[in-house]
Amino acid sequence: MTPFFQGLGLPYEWAWTISTICGILLIALPVMLSVAMVIYVDRKVWAAMALRRGPNVVGPFGLLQSFADGLKVFLQETIIPAAANKGLFLIGPIVTFTVALLAWAVIPFNSGAILANINVGLLYILAISSLGVYGIVIAGWSSNSKYPFFSAMRASAQMISYEVSIGFILICVVLWAGSFNLNDIVKAQHGHGFGFINGFWCNPLLFPMWVMFLISSMAETQRAPFDLTEAESELVAGYQTEYSSMAFALFWLGEYGNVLMMCALNATLFWGGYLPPLEIPVLYLIPGWIWLILKIAFGFFVFSWVKATVPRYRYDQLMRLGWKIFLPVSLLFVFLVSGYLMATGHFA
Amino acid sequence: MIQAFAFYLFATLMIVSGAVTILARNPVHSVLWLILAFFNAAGLMVLAGAEFIAMLLIIVYVGAVAVLFLFVVMMLDIDFAELRAGFIRNAPLGVILAVVLFVELFVGILVRSAGDMAIGTAGAATAVPAGLSNTAAIGALLYTRYLFVFEAAGFILLVAMIGAIVLTHRQRSGVRGQNIAKQIARRPEEATINLQPEVGKGVSL
Repeated sequence: MTPFFQGLGLPYEWAWTISTICGILLIALPVMLSVAMVIYVDRKVWAAMALRRGPNVVGPFGLLQSFADGLKVFLQETIIPAAANKGLFLIGPIVTFTVALLAWAVIPFNSGAILANINVGLLYILAISSLGVYGIVIAGWSSNSKYPFFSAMRASAQMISYEVSIGFILICVVLWAGSFNLNDIVKAQHGHGFGFINGFWCNPLLFPMWVMFLISSMAETQRAPFDLTEAESELVAGYQTEYSSMAFALFWLGEYGNVLMMCALNATLFWGGYLPPLEIPVLYLIPGWIWLILKIAFGFFVFSWVKATVPRYRYDQLMRLGWKIFLPVSLLFVFLVSGYLMATGHFA
Repeated sequence: MIQAFAFYLFATLMIVSGAVTILARNPVHSVLWLILAFFNAAGLMVLAGAEFIAMLLIIVYVGAVAVLFLFVVMMLDIDFAELRAGFIRNAPLGVILAVVLFVELFVGILVRSAGDMAIGTAGAATAVPAGLSNTAAIGALLYTRYLFVFEAAGFILLVAMIGAIVLTHRQRSGVRGQNIAKQIARRPEEATINLQPEVGKGVSL
């Protein structure tokens, strides 16, 4: 966009600043809007799977339900517990919300349509997602209350555990694509399967990685069946117990923002990002960002499908899955993938 | 212009947050300020063109090490009066350490401004080849020139990890662990029996 603003007669610095701000708004506003819609979709999917109707009163088909909920929490009183650590208590939800939006900067929405086309895009996403835990830990500690504190402990252990295997899975993808840049990773998936299928998922060495990535991303975003940090049968509502009104809403927005982010990452790394799923010229008539959104929507459907059908893990089972199964298997696949690439002279 | 502004912003914030890390009464606040310091350090790395190191700094220090710090510090039951008593007792030692560090830093800067010994200057290291991103450049260097040092570092870490596990692991008796493979392998025939006892006889299993 910078050349466009330069064309209006602005010097480079100003054009860059304005186009970056426009880019941020172009990403952040649709993401926030889609978070509202995705909460509605989530509730509709659970309802359909439980043979209920779900939200159907506010607006046509209940489409405006999330906005009504948003208005409700906005009008509520913000309650800060007397024993809480006030500053940190308010910083917690802000961190969660901000971090959920930050990672979108490096997602390519179309060939070249990327806010920050940096060399270390994937590492940036890892770095940002490792920050996500702080919002929860700060919230849990500063609430100065038992159950939020347990929740914070669980969250930090859980996120560290699954980050390790996510790191190894991403390394497999990076090895194959030969770059940390997400745009290059998407391009590397062009015609990956028989020159016809766009996406790493059709690769027999990377397909198991995709399955593990899907499961790990559920654990990383604390979605069911790994929602132990807010297990209502054990911890009331976990780290959100003491929160009300907008602070609580920020947690919700952040949580769903993270889920969407993980779906976007899934689409970008394994399903060909903005490329159409099959290499047919007609499919290129549909713009890339629509393909990306469709893939994200599919990923999100899988997330809510799992939430509606799979019972919650016990904590020791969660740790066992992370450390005893995912870590060794993903490590093995790093060896297999790099061995295969060396043997076939992929980068020679 | 913008680079200078960013540099002074990051540098100032880093020094301030480093200072507050030491001055904060509450250890949890200290850790959070430390994280801010790490962040600004990463910002400085980006400015220096070392984006790979910057990201690793955040992933490793902020994402893992500081979380563990926070994990431990959060569980402390802090007694502020006791903390302050310890401060006065340990103050002389702290002052000596501070003086030693300051003198070293001062001498270091003095020596550097006096002239170089060509240790650690940019000339001694290989320049980044043109057209390589700095991830690829570091990788190429680590896996060719410094391969054995790199492997040795990895090996030492592995030994340390195994050592930590050996030292802390203990076999407890009477723990009924879950064997998932065994549970999945179980069939209805082994798990259930169909009996039709006479009335009042009961069943022995």
